[in-house]
Amino acid sequence: MADRTPVIVGVGLSDYPVAPHLDEPQHHALAMQRALADSGLRKDEIDGYMCAGGGTPSVDAAASMAEYLGIRHRWLDGTMTGGSAFEYFTQHAVAAIGKGLCDTVLMTYGSDFLSRLGRTLGTKGFRGAGERTPGPAQFEAPYGNVLVGNYAMVAQRHMAEFGTTSEQLAEIAVAVRQHAEMNPLARYRDPITVDDVLGSRMVADPLHLLDCCAVTDGGGAVIITTAERARDLPHVPVSVLGAAAAQTHWNISQLPDFTRSAVATCGPEALAMAGVTVADIDTVQLYDSFTITVLVILEDMGFCAKGEGGPFVASGLLRPGGALPLNTDGGGLSSCHPGMRGIFLLIEAVRQLRHDAGEAQVPGCEVALAVGSGGMMSCMGAVVLGRGVR
Amino acid sequence: MNVLQLADAPELHVDARPLPAPDHTSAPFWALAAAGSLVFQRCTACGAAQFYPRPLCILCAGAVEWEEASGEGTVHTFTVVRQNLAPPFGDLGPYVVAMVELAEGPRMLSNLTHVEPDDVRVGLPVTAYAVRVDDELAIPFWRPSEAR
Repeated sequence: MADRTPVIVGVGLSDYPVAPHLDEPQHHALAMQRALADSGLRKDEIDGYMCAGGGTPSVDAAASMAEYLGIRHRWLDGTMTGGSAFEYFTQHAVAAIGKGLCDTVLMTYGSDFLSRLGRTLGTKGFRGAGERTPGPAQFEAPYGNVLVGNYAMVAQRHMAEFGTTSEQLAEIAVAVRQHAEMNPLARYRDPITVDDVLGSRMVADPLHLLDCCAVTDGGGAVIITTAERARDLPHVPVSVLGAAAAQTHWNISQLPDFTRSAVATCGPEALAMAGVTVADIDTVQLYDSFTITVLVILEDMGFCAKGEGGPFVASGLLRPGGALPLNTDGGGLSSCHPGMRGIFLLIEAVRQLRHDAGEAQVPGCEVALAVGSGGMMSCMGAVVLGRGVR
Repeated sequence: MNVLQLADAPELHVDARPLPAPDHTSAPFWALAAAGSLVFQRCTACGAAQFYPRPLCILCAGAVEWEEASGEGTVHTFTVVRQNLAPPFGDLGPYVVAMVELAEGPRMLSNLTHVEPDDVRVGLPVTAYAVRVDDELAIPFWRPSEAR
């Protein structure tokens, strides 16, 4: 019987971090073209498609992009959970491929945020002055919170409960920047220190400018097929060993525990499905919208106990050459964050597992973890990937 | 009971802010606030308290009824917004956005006023008040309890 183990066989990036020549659908198209070339597949072999849109919220993103790209699908997924949509997609693709609903699934993403909207996305507010706000957001809109403020309130509570410090959070930004220094395309590559982070201006206490991700342009594509089909394709296949997702809230006011995300649920589930423990993880690609996001994910995954994330990261293990290299492409903090970063976590994990990461290669990388965060640390998806068919 | 003292606070530019569009479920909250009451919902079946308002209990899907809050709470967490380019907030200077935990349990997002942002701490006791927009709408805010 054909081996229907789901494996990633193609990845592609559009142009980033600054790409004024591309609009949103063109990012999707360029990334798809490059992922197809990478995979060695013909375009007409794609029979499943997953798309959450990009920089412009759109209820018909999956269907409209399927038309734009000319995808004749027999299985379609338009799940939109923000930046974690791609980890949700991976979970869904495992089921669809395993069940035979489709054989070869493409996911694409593209956004022209930086070129179209500028770099102050996180502090522009959500509604215009005097505008009437319907739905649940009507209870938050009058108070002028900003996107950064949501994560700042998570950091503030974590500090109050556990004594976490700004220095410890800054170490996360430093570790990611050190990886960005090895990526010629990264948005920000100048070396930074913990003091540089603490000395950068406060945006929303306790988060400084350098605790916040970049705003860039960018796009990506990932192709998942069966181990059977992957046999005569050019790259070492990357197996999806585990994939799980969970949600705690959408609007920040509904977050039940300001120091804990839904990764506390879906992280252990993904590890169990993969049959590995955190000790088996060689590198982590974690959604670094803000430094605090990484800290909470590390704790919720079980790399350390709840509340011990500060001392855990301060040891320097997230830096290049450390025991748990973080965001080896330079992450959202320093390299590429066009609004929904989750697809780049998968793409960088694949690059590491193919042993194709150049200077940033984690030696002997066999198992990688990608954890996406969507909304306001709301919808979380954890994906465990392994080198080869396993 | 008038839990919410109505205050004039032109410095908050409330009428220039994004304001709620009351709907079938939320309208009683806003109408009661304009009348001086701060309310949340309690399930008639399982007793759970919740906010923001929904047509049902989000734990057991039971029927909910309004319950008046004491107007006392504590800061569960907060941030000081130092950059918001959206009007009118860009003109306010640094201001405090806080999750206030009501004495009765539910949490509300709001602004904490009448306090230096640098003096705010998690756990600070706070008291609700409201700023009137028009006859039908008042927006709840919070301030340190001892400042009342």
